Amino acid sequence: MNTTRRSILKASALSAAGTLASPYFFHRTAQAADVIKVGVLFSQTGGLSIIEKSLADATLMAISEINATGGVLGKQIQPIVEDGASDPKTFNEKASKLVIQDKVPTVFACYTSASRKAVLPVFERRANLLFYPTYYEGFECSKNVVYTGAVPNQQLSNFIPWIIKTLGKKKFFIVGSNYIYPREMAKVCKVLIEQNGGQWVADEYLELGDSEWGSMVNKIKSSGCDVVLSNVVGDSVVAFYREFKNQGLSHAKLPICATVTSEIEIAAMGPEYAVGSFTSFPYFMAIDTDANKQFVERYRAFVKNPKAVTHHALESSYFQVFLWKQAVAKAGEAMPIPIRNAVMGQEFNAPNGHVKIEPANLHTWLTPRIAEWQADGQGKIIDTYPAPIMPLPYVAYGETEKNLFCTGKGLDTAKLKG
Amino acid sequence: MAEIIFIGLSLSSILLLVALGLAITYGAMGVINMAHGELVMAGAYVTVLSGIWLHLNIIAAIPLAFLVTALIGYLIERLVVRRLYGRLLDTLLATWGVAILIQQAVRLEFGLSFFGRHIAGLGVGLQNVTVPEALTGAITIGGVQVNAFRAFIIGVTVVLTFATWLLMYRSSFGVQVRAIMRNPNMAAACGINVQRVNALTFAYGSGLAGVAGVMMSGFKTVFPDMGTPMVVDGFLVVAAGGVGSLLGTILSAGLLGQINGIVASVTNDILARAMVFAVVILIIVLKPRGLFSYRGR
Repeated sequence: MNTTRRSILKASALSAAGTLASPYFFHRTAQAADVIKVGVLFSQTGGLSIIEKSLADATLMAISEINATGGVLGKQIQPIVEDGASDPKTFNEKASKLVIQDKVPTVFACYTSASRKAVLPVFERRANLLFYPTYYEGFECSKNVVYTGAVPNQQLSNFIPWIIKTLGKKKFFIVGSNYIYPREMAKVCKVLIEQNGGQWVADEYLELGDSEWGSMVNKIKSSGCDVVLSNVVGDSVVAFYREFKNQGLSHAKLPICATVTSEIEIAAMGPEYAVGSFTSFPYFMAIDTDANKQFVERYRAFVKNPKAVTHHALESSYFQVFLWKQAVAKAGEAMPIPIRNAVMGQEFNAPNGHVKIEPANLHTWLTPRIAEWQADGQGKIIDTYPAPIMPLPYVAYGETEKNLFCTGKGLDTAKLKG
Repeated sequence: MAEIIFIGLSLSSILLLVALGLAITYGAMGVINMAHGELVMAGAYVTVLSGIWLHLNIIAAIPLAFLVTALIGYLIERLVVRRLYGRLLDTLLATWGVAILIQQAVRLEFGLSFFGRHIAGLGVGLQNVTVPEALTGAITIGGVQVNAFRAFIIGVTVVLTFATWLLMYRSSFGVQVRAIMRNPNMAAACGINVQRVNALTFAYGSGLAGVAGVMMSGFKTVFPDMGTPMVVDGFLVVAAGGVGSLLGTILSAGLLGQINGIVASVTNDILARAMVFAVVILIIVLKPRGLFSYRGR
């Protein structure tokens, strides 16, 4: 008995000291029951960890910022961080663990489409909610996912007309890595190229992760194209730009216009190989607003790396937590389906500008931008859409703003066939 | 057409560069060295680190990478492989373990990242190597535009292959190596220090992998997993060429590289890759010992 009393005394003394020393510590321990738990599931290890760690960091940064201003519904948000290990199967297991065991109302997760497809059944079957921050190929209409990255029409509908009209390029060579995202992007590209009076001379693919570009670049050289549209992903990007320059091609005459090449890839290849090429994304680190500059500074301080770069998926990882917070506040409870219903139509001033969740398909209104890469590894923004545009995940199959395929009722498969 | 041949030649030289070291450790010594790819990766990291810390360019990094990876190879032979000669499958498992150790050592910055210390150039991130201006862009040879860096790789490969041939067939050290390949016990009986020759041969093969790494760093990203796919290609070349035959390795690298280059230009890269595998399977089925079989050990 004596020992118990002594330990209670000790514990209370400790927690008193903790309260004095740091209010954060106090919240974590004494109010453990009064927190909202959320899942944060990205690859902390493996080949994709280089990018996915930065998404996890951005998510955690948003959570700590929300907690610093009092949390949501008067409760602190407690992230439960899991490691997807760059493996879709592990993603599935960890998502199940978060949803079933930890009973979180929402998970912020996934970078690749492969990992999203792997966790999707978990969220649909358990009526839970996933916030997905990456630009992706569209062709999905889940009622259990909030998509805050760009879909093809938000990367291409300004890009292709701009290439044809402003750059004056007419003959496209479409090149990509051989999997679903580049192939869906190529479909949208072709539709837009033909609509705008251009033509495509080739549509070629290289194995995902392959970095032997000799033959492909030679083909580009002899194809007679005047612009290359690249949907290449991963470290293949680096080898591609290097080979491009080394075979004597220049972005001044034959520019690479890319949909995946972000600040991370540019830093990895060495900016000198990308100078003069273009990328289309809703967010670039170089966006010249106070909101974005402060965001970059806060992120660098948060990860304790003064040279850290920010990019589109990272920015989406950050602002989607705030959209989630607003939805929780509106719903008045932290349960998946009420949050889902409340997030529809939520608006937020993100570092890239104004964003809004489309009530019909749970995708996000974003502002497309085009940047030209500079010698310092930053994109100089040379074209910005006047306003955020509507997300159309089925644009490759003829979806338009007036004729939505994916609505609150789900996917209209009849339209898909027709 | 000349451009396609050049690309094929360049693909061949890259294959040969990785396979040359394997031709020695696997072909001549009978060790399935799964850590070969990691030695290539180590060579690439030597280039990155010597660029950051010593301000050496990629050419100056070649001898340095050779020495560093040769030393690593020497240690692997002394500590692990030495105990496993003649046990082919055991060498596979043991060197695979070594491969994982080397990968993680780079990823965890030799364990320093646990203590919050970081070495610029190591860690999980992607690294890149600056190629000197003279080796970037294209040069014109006989009316054909060729990639300067690829031409440089072909040159380095030719020099290394010639050096390896001299070492193996025109030096007393090479005579000892070939004697051990034929019959280690008899070689020992003739007064050859088998242990010492084996250790040096393994170190030489590893050093070649390091040089391959330097060349790779010039046109690929450098990261801890980069070596793994390369070692697969290396084994394909050695197995198709015939274990233990330097000439077989050279010819099979040339053949597979050209097939890859020509099929890729006529159809596409994905089909070309499948074609290379099909040809290798065909060779192994028709000639199980490779194009140039060689009896040893």
